[in-house]
Amino acid sequence: MVHPIIRLVVQRIALGLLLLLAVSILIFGGTQLLPGDVAQAILGQSATQQALANLREQMGLNDPALVRYWNWLWGILHGDLGTALTNGHDIATDLGKRFANTLFLAFWAAAISVPLAIILGLVAARYAGRWPDKLISGITLATISLPEFVVGYIAMYLLAVKFRLLPSVSMIFDGMTLGAKLHAIMLPVLVLVLVVLAHMMRMTRAAILNVMQSAYVETAELKGISPGRVIWRHALPNAIAPVVNVVMLNLAYLVVGVVVVEVVFVYPGMGQYLVDHVAKRDLPVVQACGMVFAAVYIGLNILADVISILANPRLRHPK
Amino acid sequence: MNNELNYLLGQVAKGRVSRRTFMGRAGALGMSAAMANTMFANSAAAQTPVRGGLLRAGLQGGESTNTLDPALAASEVPFTVNMTWGETLVEVDAEGNIGMRIAEEMSSTPDAKSWTFKIRSGVEFHNGKTVTADDVLATLQRHTDENSQSGALGIVQGIETMEVNGDSITLNLHTANADLPYLMADYHLMIQPNGGKDDPAAGIGTGAYKVVVNEPGVRHGFERNPNYWDNDRGYADQVEILVINDNTARVAALQSGQVHMINRLDPKIIDLLKRDPNVSIQNVPGRGHYVFIMMVDTAPFDNRDLRMALKYAINRQEMVDKILGGYGTVGNDFPINSAYPLFDSSIEQREYDPEKAAFHYKASGHDGSPIILRTAGGAFPGAVEAAQLFQQSAQAAGVPLEVKREPDDGYWSNVWNVQPFCASYWGGRPVQDQMYSTAYLSTAEWNDTRFKNEQFDNLLLAARAELNQDVRKQMYSDMAHILRDEGGLINPMFNDFVDATSNNLGGWTKDPNGEQMNGLALQKCWLNA
Repeated sequence: MVHPIIRLVVQRIALGLLLLLAVSILIFGGTQLLPGDVAQAILGQSATQQALANLREQMGLNDPALVRYWNWLWGILHGDLGTALTNGHDIATDLGKRFANTLFLAFWAAAISVPLAIILGLVAARYAGRWPDKLISGITLATISLPEFVVGYIAMYLLAVKFRLLPSVSMIFDGMTLGAKLHAIMLPVLVLVLVVLAHMMRMTRAAILNVMQSAYVETAELKGISPGRVIWRHALPNAIAPVVNVVMLNLAYLVVGVVVVEVVFVYPGMGQYLVDHVAKRDLPVVQACGMVFAAVYIGLNILADVISILANPRLRHPK
Repeated sequence: MNNELNYLLGQVAKGRVSRRTFMGRAGALGMSAAMANTMFANSAAAQTPVRGGLLRAGLQGGESTNTLDPALAASEVPFTVNMTWGETLVEVDAEGNIGMRIAEEMSSTPDAKSWTFKIRSGVEFHNGKTVTADDVLATLQRHTDENSQSGALGIVQGIETMEVNGDSITLNLHTANADLPYLMADYHLMIQPNGGKDDPAAGIGTGAYKVVVNEPGVRHGFERNPNYWDNDRGYADQVEILVINDNTARVAALQSGQVHMINRLDPKIIDLLKRDPNVSIQNVPGRGHYVFIMMVDTAPFDNRDLRMALKYAINRQEMVDKILGGYGTVGNDFPINSAYPLFDSSIEQREYDPEKAAFHYKASGHDGSPIILRTAGGAFPGAVEAAQLFQQSAQAAGVPLEVKREPDDGYWSNVWNVQPFCASYWGGRPVQDQMYSTAYLSTAEWNDTRFKNEQFDNLLLAARAELNQDVRKQMYSDMAHILRDEGGLINPMFNDFVDATSNNLGGWTKDPNGEQMNGLALQKCWLNA
């Protein structure tokens, strides 16, 4: 018999894939609802009837929507995202580069913010209600309350313009050394860390404090274990599920929600790429970006679910 | 210019010759005092160029959708990129004269119907091929083809036949055009090997720099073309254009020393930026103008009195002060200003006059319903605020104006040239004929005011063939009067081009043709050590 936990995990993944399929229908259907079609979008105002007809024939736009949807989906499944209307580039190549940049920025922001948030959350829980808790909460809540572009501009003014410590333009490209890239992205990483810190920190603190109310923690305390050890050995493992969920939500934000930060620091990520093509009605690119964003979002949430399932001893060791 | 004078100017630049000496010597060489004076000032201001280094510009106006095909260039970054790797037959210099580039001589028949350009010998493309008259022919042919979707299609359509004769190319026009050389300076008409028919977006031209990196919407990198023919351009070893669309980020990049020049400074922050000792503001009055356009064939704007009421109800000086922060000049309801050759400065300036506005409004018999003015933040910087100022000044004259804000997205396809009254802008053209032909001739595709006036059309066509400049100037003056009093254009202001540079940059000069010294700043400037 299959272990129930494997069944649960497989179920989650299957649900996620189904969701992704539903999203693909929504994206395709949504772009079909827009006035005009791709041929009109390409030819613009100078379109003649003949040219429109030719292009529609050539692009297979006369096929029924269902056939076109299937062709599009089939292409995606084979890694073929089509070509951009505006510059004729292969979308997968262009988007791949931008996506890698976005992941690069998100990775370093996460690598700093996640451990930092959890440690700060633990410290805040350990000293709940006392000055370290208040200080940590105050600062992180202040940075999350400001819109990210304000944080960005303040950081830029102080660190780039006033003291000239860091570059204000975070442009990275092939051929730069890792060190040079890291130097270039320091400001956006700093801003992103400040923006996502509070959410994860507060959740860690709340989850730990919640567990601290339970009977087994009281027992541990009565055994004479130090408060720090109680949190580390007994409270944290049981608080993982909610924390992981919030962490994943923030990771998803770091990938799909950083358009504003990318614009402020001129970072060549996916958000800027998407915005440029939306403005030009380049539908294949918009659809592709939509699918990638949705896949990242759903994927991270599946991961969060799986980790929560694995972290739950009742599921791990069924009777 | 003769050698003696060139030598003298060099001495001035090095500070070895006084103004008095220079004027005396220049006079002896047959130069007028006024001209000699200007030359002295220009030359003294110029320092000795420094070669080498990496010069960087941070520019607004680039998207990831851009290509290197010069036919499709429409925004600022593709324009500058193309100017950096490519060259046209001729160019328009800062004084509004024609400068020779790939062509080294030009001539026309006396009726201005046939123009011949002699190709400069020994100019090489970046791929090593020598430029021939056939390349020029192929280039013009490609832009004539509708499929190329060239922005210069309207320009080359005036050519009836072309013929190559050795190292010369002759263009025979449908109708005479005394301004043809100005049209050949259009930035779409970069000369490409075989006209770019093989690969229009290859980025191979004859310019001072070769394309090394092309990441649209992010950055464009270039290295010096070692075989470039003109020694007075291309001082830096490498140049780079960073696409920085965010206003604040662009200014910060300049202030923090990451770039040496930026374009499109927001007028609101100019006074603040002046406090930075490392940065200079570079503004030059241009031909671009921010406007409100009425379609004269659509009610209620088909009523001349109503149009006059609106023209008198706008406070032009207030617009220049508040919308442009003083970096501009007032307009006069026609699209021409002193930056154009043959401009008639004696045309009376129209002022804000609530009484006249009220008089014309009453005479128009308008039913009193609000007149809807459509605007969007993207129509021009400050377009929403400008519309609100217009509404207030009109209200003071009893003219009911209602501002309707439209989304930026789709403004140029759904509102401009569609709705009868909206905010817009024009970038200006090098010569009056081109500006009028683009938007005010009855048959013009972009006739966004639907202005159709037979007398105006006849004058425009006659002026095109007129080689006597005095007669031509009078014709343009008559046309300005007609448009100002009959047309649907409300032109409150001409905006300056406002760039900013870091103080270690040398060689910057004023060029009213466009931003960034008409896209040539990267080639004409250098980094002082």
